[in-house]
Amino acid sequence: MNAIGWPDWRRLNQEGIVFAIAVVLFIAAAICLPGFFAADNLVAIVRSVSVLGILALGMALVIIGRGIDLSAVAIMAMSVAWYLQLLNAGTPDGLAFAYVLAGVLAIGLLNGFLVAYADVPAIFVTLATGSFVFGYVRSQLITQDAVPVPQGHWVELLGGLRFLDIPIEVFVFAALAFLVFLFLRFTKWGRFIYFAGDNPVAARNIGIPVRPMLVLRYVLSAVVALVAGLLTAASLHSINTRVVNSTLLYDIVLVAVIGGIGLSGGRGGVRNVLVGAALIGILLNAMTIIDIPLLYQNLIKAAILLGAIIVDGIINPRDEQTAQQGDI
Amino acid sequence: MKLFRTLMAAATALAVTAFVAPAFAADDPGPAAYAQALKGKRVMLVPLAMGFDLAQGWAHYLKKEVEAWGGTFETRDPNWVVDAGAQAITDAIASDTRPDVLIIHAPDLNSYSKLMKKAQAAGTYVLLVDNPANFPADAFVGSDWDKLGQLEAEAAIKGCGENSSKKIGLVQGDQANSSSLYQYAGIMKVLDKHPDFQVVAKPDSNWDATTSRNVTTTMLQQHPDICSIIDFWDGDATGASAAIRDAKLDGKVFLVTTGGGEKAADCDKLVDGTYGAVVMTDLARQSGDMNAIIKFLLQSGQPAGTSHTYIYTLEKATTKADLKPDSCWDLKALQAEAAAK
Repeated sequence: MNAIGWPDWRRLNQEGIVFAIAVVLFIAAAICLPGFFAADNLVAIVRSVSVLGILALGMALVIIGRGIDLSAVAIMAMSVAWYLQLLNAGTPDGLAFAYVLAGVLAIGLLNGFLVAYADVPAIFVTLATGSFVFGYVRSQLITQDAVPVPQGHWVELLGGLRFLDIPIEVFVFAALAFLVFLFLRFTKWGRFIYFAGDNPVAARNIGIPVRPMLVLRYVLSAVVALVAGLLTAASLHSINTRVVNSTLLYDIVLVAVIGGIGLSGGRGGVRNVLVGAALIGILLNAMTIIDIPLLYQNLIKAAILLGAIIVDGIINPRDEQTAQQGDI
Repeated sequence: MKLFRTLMAAATALAVTAFVAPAFAADDPGPAAYAQALKGKRVMLVPLAMGFDLAQGWAHYLKKEVEAWGGTFETRDPNWVVDAGAQAITDAIASDTRPDVLIIHAPDLNSYSKLMKKAQAAGTYVLLVDNPANFPADAFVGSDWDKLGQLEAEAAIKGCGENSSKKIGLVQGDQANSSSLYQYAGIMKVLDKHPDFQVVAKPDSNWDATTSRNVTTTMLQQHPDICSIIDFWDGDATGASAAIRDAKLDGKVFLVTTGGGEKAADCDKLVDGTYGAVVMTDLARQSGDMNAIIKFLLQSGQPAGTSHTYIYTLEKATTKADLKPDSCWDLKALQAEAAAK
């Protein structure tokens, strides 16, 4: 990568490979599939990966800092399900939202605290908190898998919002991507994330507040998940907590990793998320237009993930000097 | 005085009849045999998950009956995880309190076959509900999914009308669940008889509303003149309806789906026009069928696994026009009733 941050095309890295695949797929689909290159369909592609992309932005922040957040989908679905349940039970909107926001922040803080100060590997912490959030909310706070949005509530109106015929999710995705980009590139703490992710011990030795920053990343990831959940509910007029059992979590990791954000930390940025999301969006849309059955879609998607991970392993080899036990 | 004596006589006569009447009833051997065969028997329901309308409805009606005849009713909640369901069944068979009747909502055709065989070998009657499986259970109670698919296709054809594009889109569930496979077969049977109607796309939703929305959006963009969409479950048809709403095709695309006939999930959405037609399962009757076959099996004295009965629930495609106040059952009301106890 050169100074401006554009990919260096002489050295093909994973992002470059994936970007090339996405472009080739896009051109092939535009030529072969009638209706693919229509403005509406292009908007639909971006929209179909907006929520996924938003979640992947949160995940990217965590992964760059050498972590992972497996509780993202649980936080997304359960926070919004609880919010809607409160509303349906007649709790005032402001109060209900305050409860839910407090809950989301608390889980983010808990994740961050356990990883940063208790030194428990992120993969175990977030797996556990994700299960806890799902189990607690599902058994104690809501009565149904699916919770509807109350009629006429702002979440429902949000789903109908359009600018220039483009759904609101697309703008939220774009705005969040831009914010994360600014954070990672132009703020001190954003730059520090790369140092901390690349070599946490060295980062700490030069005086970077590694632990508070870690906590912040998990909190940000949790808040991003809440936003993604609200957008999902806005579009579907309900939230179904079954999504916690779906492959969504793996798809989020897929988008981040396939775009070239190394799981060993310290590498990648918003652009990688966008490239990963673009590939997945084009792929899914084209496969749906061709009418490929879901089983084969999953197979194709999985094969691409596997390929990306192998390429990642070859291009970004594990750094034996800074790797430590408990890494993912 | 005379009046008093007459009154006394009348009262005595009444009292005598009152004492004699139960003696007649005691001669009926039915209740005693019934009570003896059923008392203390255990019934367990293992649905795909306890968190959705069908399972909660079944549990409500089964519990009421089973407890009324002195049995024990329990549920297990695998929460859509096949392994967790298998674990629940395994534990139930092995436990000291092995259920006498096991009601299983199978996730696919084969997963639980071996376990169900084990249960029967241990002496537990196995009932399959809603989803058929490749296993000769003591009874299957649920929808004839093939027939249900036919009803959906007929509703879609009617919803499209003669002067439409005659293009139909399907949003299938997946390629493993019998309800999805048989439903598809039934739909195609009807459409084969109407060669002028064609299926333009048949993506899977994997029972997920967001996926349903995305594939329906694509489908509508490729074929904006689709006149009807059949989504295989009301649990994810909210996604297909969102796509139709977003494409501003409300009222132009006739959305057909199927569900358990719960008020908020089905009837309310027929009223507001989200769904054009819903093939609804009469849940109370389906639960009643289960109750009847449970009572029969427990009294029959036959060993588990010796007979195989199919009890298909009467299905009907309901539209806004033929909605009646009792077309749906109300989960909220059932929950309130349970909470009041």
